[in-house]
Amino acid sequence: MELVTPSIGLVFWTTIAFLVLIFVLGKFAWKPIMQALSEREQSIEDALSSAEKAKEELTRLNNESEQLLKVARAERDTILKEAKQLRDNMVADAKGIAQTEANKMIAKAKVEIDNEKTAALAEVKSQVANLSIEIAEKVLRKQLEDKSKQEALVADLLKEVKLS
Amino acid sequence: MTGSIAAIGAGLAAIGAGIGIGRIGGSALEGIARQPEAASKIQATMLIAAAFVEAVSLFAVVVALLGNG
Amino acid sequence: MRRIGFFKPNLNKFILVFAFLSFNTAILFANEPTKNADSVHTEAVIEANDSLHATTDSVAPAHENAAEEKFNPSELILEHIADAHEWHLWGHTSIPLPIILYTPKGLEVFSSSHFHHGEQAYTSANYTYKLEENKIVVLNAENEVDEVATKSIIDISITKNVCSLLISVALLLFIFLSVAKAYKKTVGKAPKGFQSMIEPIILFVRDDVAKPNLGHKYAKFMPFLLTVFFFIWINNMMGLIPFFPGGANVSGNIAFTMVLALFTFIVITVNGGKVYWSHIFAPHVPWWLYPLLVPVEIFGMFTKPIALMIRLFANITAGHILVLSLISLIFIFKSAAIATVAVPFTVFISVIELLVAFLQAYIFTMLAALFIGMAVEEPHAEDHH
Repeated sequence: MELVTPSIGLVFWTTIAFLVLIFVLGKFAWKPIMQALSEREQSIEDALSSAEKAKEELTRLNNESEQLLKVARAERDTILKEAKQLRDNMVADAKGIAQTEANKMIAKAKVEIDNEKTAALAEVKSQVANLSIEIAEKVLRKQLEDKSKQEALVADLLKEVKLS
Repeated sequence: MTGSIAAIGAGLAAIGAGIGIGRIGGSALEGIARQPEAASKIQATMLIAAAFVEAVSLFAVVVALLGNG
Repeated sequence: MRRIGFFKPNLNKFILVFAFLSFNTAILFANEPTKNADSVHTEAVIEANDSLHATTDSVAPAHENAAEEKFNPSELILEHIADAHEWHLWGHTSIPLPIILYTPKGLEVFSSSHFHHGEQAYTSANYTYKLEENKIVVLNAENEVDEVATKSIIDISITKNVCSLLISVALLLFIFLSVAKAYKKTVGKAPKGFQSMIEPIILFVRDDVAKPNLGHKYAKFMPFLLTVFFFIWINNMMGLIPFFPGGANVSGNIAFTMVLALFTFIVITVNGGKVYWSHIFAPHVPWWLYPLLVPVEIFGMFTKPIALMIRLFANITAGHILVLSLISLIFIFKSAAIATVAVPFTVFISVIELLVAFLQAYIFTMLAALFIGMAVEEPHAEDHH
């Protein structure tokens, strides 16, 4: 049938057309186009990879600064801690010293008070003794004014001596 | 007579291709329903398979055309 | 089919398209069976080429105005899908095309207007020619067809299809040379204008057709694949234009598809590696199966390109027939009312045909890449199919 019988003329012309296309386009179109495409892809890839690298670098720097910050913060913390400790120690020391001083003063005062007290007591005792001796002298003087009473006393005393 | 027989042959070929492409489409649909992430791959494969089935029916058409002439 | 490219079409569309392609198959012969009913025209059955004419003979009596000039859709459709020596524009206006004949007595070139649409014979210095059913025949002195002389001449005229082909070639050269120039101008920059329309398609062919099928060897076959793809596509598209610069059924002509298939076959065979040939002559089967399998494999070598040839031819021709059949409905029923149905449907089919135009170019290129990929396969790859 005519429909499925290839005609020589069209076969001939198609062959020529196709060969012309494949040579002309292959040399002047596909080659530069493919080259340009792959070059552009390459450049895009390069740009992307360099961007990636820059990003990495940035992350690295960030990490580094963060690390530094961390270290600095830690240092600050230790310094603060130490200062606090020092302050605490100082306060505690001062407190201790003050306490001991106070204690000492108190003790001294106590001793002094005791001394004063003892002295006062001794004074009072000697006064009392003097007074009692004076009173006793006065009593004795009164009692032994007449002779009978002196004799009675002597007799009493002698009686006691006998007994003993 | 030959024309009618050719027509019957072409019709039979159309039935066969219809069943074949229907099955391909159905299976592809099932596949996509099961794995939607593989849809594009399944579609491309389906397309090629359908092209092959269709080619067989078109062979039949050409044979029918030849027989008709 | 283990190496498949990425392609993200709408699934529904493709099912629809393939359903239609199968439908086309039926349409090709849809009007055949009616012929049998018309038993009066038995002699027509015997005559070759007349099978389709009988259809209208059976349709026409249904309408009473038989006195008018009968409209014969089969004739119109066959005339359209066949080649011609003149390019019909409208009504009785057509462009005469040059006729080139390679005869034993030398090359002959003259205009087809000398034939007066096939009504008259033309006598050159050596022979007398006449157009018979769009074929050039040689007449002898008694005005009868000289079979021997007819067979000795080779017709390489610029026919309608050749003319359309040359227009396509010129278009392709213009488009791609200007695009290539644009690439030289905008080195390493984003594509501009027409360039940005072409680039995704080139990338599609490279990344979704060539790379998955050919692997790292794709660069060598890119010119072939790109040329095939765009050549088929532009011819398909030109065929869909209903008026002058297009409208020829180039990619639906078996000669065109045969040449492309032949080139594919040559590329496959020339690049066939060790794996390819051992697959054909020493397949992985017990030795006693060789007498059966080797001929099958050798046969398969040829069926692959033949399948490519038939697929493209039948798809595009079926598309043309379908569109013309739908338009013919208006004239068959002699009613403008039919146009309200036929025209939207034709538009619908034409839109699908636009998709088919791309799809067939893609499938041809895809399968060519697949077959080339099988041929250039490396030995370490899996060598069974």
